[in-house]
Formats: sequence, structure tokens, C-alpha cells
Amino acid sequence: MSAAVDTAPNTRSQKRQKKHLSDRARAERTLGWKLSAPAFVVMLFVTLWPIAYAIVLSFYNYRLTDPAGKKFVWLQNYVTALSDSLFWQDFLTTFIIVVFTLFFELIIGMAFAMVMHKIVIPRKTLRTVVLIPYAIITVVSGFSWKYAAAVDTGFFNHWLHFFSAGAFPLDYNWFGGRWDSLFIICCSEIWKTTPFMSLLLLAGLAQVDSSMEEAAKVDGATWWQRFYKVILPNMKAALMVAVLFRTLDAIRIYDNPYIMTGGANRTQTLSMLVADETIKRVEIGMGSALSVILFIIVLIVAAIFVRGFKVDLTSTGGK
Amino acid sequence: MDTTMSGKVKTWLGVASAPIIIWTCIPLIWILSESLKSTSALGDPTQNTVGNFWPKDLTFDNYKLIFSGGAKDLFVPALWHSIVVCLCATVISVALAMFCAYAIARLEFPGKKLILTTALAVSFFPVIAMVTPMFNLWRMIGLFDTIPGLIIPYLSLTLPLSIWTMAAFFQQIPWEMEQAAQVDGATSWQAFRKVVAPLAAPGVFTTAIIAFFTAWNDFVFALNLTSSNARTVPAALAFFTGASQFVQPTGAICAAAVIVTIPVVILVLVFQKRIVAGLTSGAVKG
Repeated sequence: MSAAVDTAPNTRSQKRQKKHLSDRARAERTLGWKLSAPAFVVMLFVTLWPIAYAIVLSFYNYRLTDPAGKKFVWLQNYVTALSDSLFWQDFLTTFIIVVFTLFFELIIGMAFAMVMHKIVIPRKTLRTVVLIPYAIITVVSGFSWKYAAAVDTGFFNHWLHFFSAGAFPLDYNWFGGRWDSLFIICCSEIWKTTPFMSLLLLAGLAQVDSSMEEAAKVDGATWWQRFYKVILPNMKAALMVAVLFRTLDAIRIYDNPYIMTGGANRTQTLSMLVADETIKRVEIGMGSALSVILFIIVLIVAAIFVRGFKVDLTSTGGK
Repeated sequence: MDTTMSGKVKTWLGVASAPIIIWTCIPLIWILSESLKSTSALGDPTQNTVGNFWPKDLTFDNYKLIFSGGAKDLFVPALWHSIVVCLCATVISVALAMFCAYAIARLEFPGKKLILTTALAVSFFPVIAMVTPMFNLWRMIGLFDTIPGLIIPYLSLTLPLSIWTMAAFFQQIPWEMEQAAQVDGATSWQAFRKVVAPLAAPGVFTTAIIAFFTAWNDFVFALNLTSSNARTVPAALAFFTGASQFVQPTGAICAAAVIVTIPVVILVLVFQKRIVAGLTSGAVKG
């Protein structure tokens, strides 16, 4: 700009335009900071301190009942945690729950969203009804499914007994083994969180230009082709946000298994392990170390999504 | 031909909605039915119909127990705490996130990647790990077992979620309209207020609902950062007892569950129209 020879009026107008643009860019930058600062500052205030403190605590051998014995032990807590078979068992349990629930939530959620998107007749009823499970407290959902599957109070066995013409035993104990317990836990989790999925997917579906679908239809695309080639790519942003949120949320699953089994039959999840160490055994150091490990797992998964699947909320202009 | 096809599709979709409604409603009706069973009916299939599902004789004993009986002091204050804490957390986080999400989705400024990354990291930090340091600090500064002492950690749940969800919504808004307004001489702020805000409102409402439900749902903070003066319903449920120590609290828990579901249903009914308008016709049309 400084090298520009100031002779032609053409150059001058270019120069003015450039200056004008940088003014706007600066104003935009200031406005951006002003708008986002309050939220950012509050967010840091409520979380940064506890998170930082948790990281610090994870390097200590620290029991609440023995504050004098607090000792800096470097990475000892991490080594102990990662070499413990209980950690890996809980890791596996959590992983199974995440994959199983996410798979079914995606399919059911997408089906819900597509029906809700196009439905005419019980439109309002359906949308209202579907919203309710998401609004319900997870603890309540956990109790509902627990009592439903229980041998004494439940109805599952009675219904399965009836529909299988007596083949299913009335006294089947759903909480007697690992896989049955996990199945009921996953059912409650899927029932509870699928509406969240379908809401976000519905939002994405609504953004898909219906004329594009019409055009594909006119060109002879089948229903599946329209779904796979037109609808899905055009709602990718909403889809990936829904999947990302659900995955990361499912990793720290706590309420459902806590209510239903309390971790019995090897259904303990990583979050429950953290809670056990922190609350029950008051091993603050070990609990913090496990929290940090759980957090790192979450970060890795998030990084895979953001890098690998190109979920980028920060990009501006178009999709 | 087109009308007959859409008529067919209409019918098919109507039929498809039936299993969705059944699947969604059964656990709800189930918990209602459990709350209406007497203590003896809870353990005795002969006193119930439809395969141990619905009680033959309805009783409101469980509701009496939580509103005027032994569980009254545990449940009634908890209900109020839940409502106050969740409303405050929702309003604060949505108000803050609205401006932040707009800036992230729309404006060019250094640091927005940092904000989003922080929001995500914060949003999925295991809440149980935040409890211990907060517990210590809250006791030192007198926030333990108070309403504000619960609203603040709830912001760590609702605020990042609000920022992320709203930023995603805002990204799908047709920004050409804002540019058009700016070409016509509007400033960034005017364009935001007059063009973007009406387009973004549905996303804001949906986000508010998601944020409220997240706060309403919290179990870990409520359990560990309160003892009696600010304990919310989910945590209170964990302390429920039956009419006597030998009776399972099943009925009381189910009755309480039904009660806390009622405000949620009202909320869904009130906001449903907005959600539908926001999510379907939405801001984008071509």
C-alpha cells in the first residue's frame, strides 16, 4: 500500500476501499470480542478453576480423611489407574454402552425426525410426545425402566411371557447378569436421549432445501438415493453436532447404571469409578487422576470428530 | 397424481407415528401407573391388569406421602429449588450464549476457535471431578447449600451447550440477508438486531429448552453441593424412603417422578409451537 504510486484516481479509490475494509474488519473484530466476552469469561470462571485444581490434585496422593498425608507423587496415580484391571473393565463397559446406544439412537432418531418432518395428521401430538422423554430427568427414566424390568414390580416379563405364548419365563431376572443389566441400562438411555437426537436431526432436515429433493425425485432418484445423496449431505452439520454431543455425553454415563445396578455385575462405568474413588473412598488424588483420564478420552474422541469428520463450527459463510 | 401420492404418504406417516407414540409413552404411563398402585399391589401381580402394568384399584396414597406425609419435607422444597435454580441457569446462559454464538458464527475475529474449543472441553469435563474443588471453595465462601451455589455450577453445564448448539443453528441462517442489510447501509449491530435476531429466534428458543432440560436433569452437582437448603428433585429422589423403613420407596419415587414431569410437560406444551416453527419452517427457505 505504501509503495502505491499516487497518480491515477483509480489507484486512490482502490486505496480508499482497502482502508474502508480494514476499518470494517477492525469494527467486526471488536464487536466479536464484545459479544463473546461475557459468555467466555463466565464459562472460564465456573470451570477453569475446578478443572485446573483437578489436574493439580491428580498429582497428589491425597485422602480427605488423612489431609496430613497429602504427598506429591508425580504420575503415580495415573500409572496405578491404567495398570488396574477394574479401570479397563469399566472402560470396556462404557465403550459398549456408547457404541450400542449411539447406533440405535442414530437410527431411531433419524426415523423419528423424518416422520416428524413430514407428518400431517397427529403432527402436534407426535412432536409434543416425542419431546417429553428428553425433558424427563435421567434418574426418573432409570427408575421407570428399573421397576419395569424388575421381577416383583415389573411388567416386562409378563408381557414377554404373553407375546412368546408362555416361552419366556415369568421370573427372568434382568439384573442377574452383565449383559442383561447393560441391555436394560442401554434401553433406558436410548429411550431417554433419542428425542434429543431427533430434535437436532429435525432441525437439520428442516434446513434441507426441499426443491433439491424434488429435483432429484423428478430426475428419477429412488427414496434411498434421495435420502443418502441429497438429504444426508445437506444436513451434515446438524447430524455431526448431534452425534458429537451424544457420543461425548454417553462416555460419562452415570445416572442410569447408578440407579439400576449401582455398578453390580460389572456394569460400572468410568464415571462411577471416579465417583467411587472420590466420594466413597475419598481418594481425591486418584479420583482426580481418573477424571483427567476420562477427560483425555473425551478430548481424543472430540478431536477425531472435529479433525476426521470435519465438524467445524468456526467456519463462516455457507456450509 | 401428486395429490394421491402425498395422500398415501400422509396415511403411511400417520401409521408410522403410532409405534413412536407407544414407545415414547409406555415408560411414562408405567411410572404413572406405579405411582397409583398401593404398597401391596406393587409386589402382587394379581392386583394388577394388562400383565402387571395397570393397577385394578387406584390409590393416591403415594401422592399424599410426598405432599403431606413422611416424604413431604424432602420433596416439596426440592421441587421449588429445582424450578428456581434451573430457570436462573437457563436465562443467564442463553442470554450470554446468544451474543457469543452470533459472534462465532458470523464475525471474523481472532480467538473464536479458542472459545469453541474451551466450550467443548468444559462441556464434557466429567462433572464429578468439578464437584470436589467446588465443594471446598463453596464451603469457604459460604455458597455451599445455597441457590446461587447451585446456579453457578449449572452454568458450566448449560452455557457451553448453549454456545455450541446456538452456533450450529446460527451457521445455517442465510447470512446473505445480513449482507444485504449491510449493503443497504446497516451497521453490524443493526443487521444483527433487525435481520439476524428474528431469523435466529427459533434457534434461541430451542437452545433455551435444551439448556433447561440439562439443568433440570442434573444429579451430580445437586447431590454433592447441597445438603438441605438447595437440594433439587433428582438428588432428593436418591434419599427417598417408604412409609416405614421396611417399605420400599417405589411408590413415593414414582409419585415424585410424575410430579416433576408435570412442569416439563407444561413447558413442552407452551414452547412446542415455537420449537416446531423454529425447527421446521425455520429461518432458511431456499
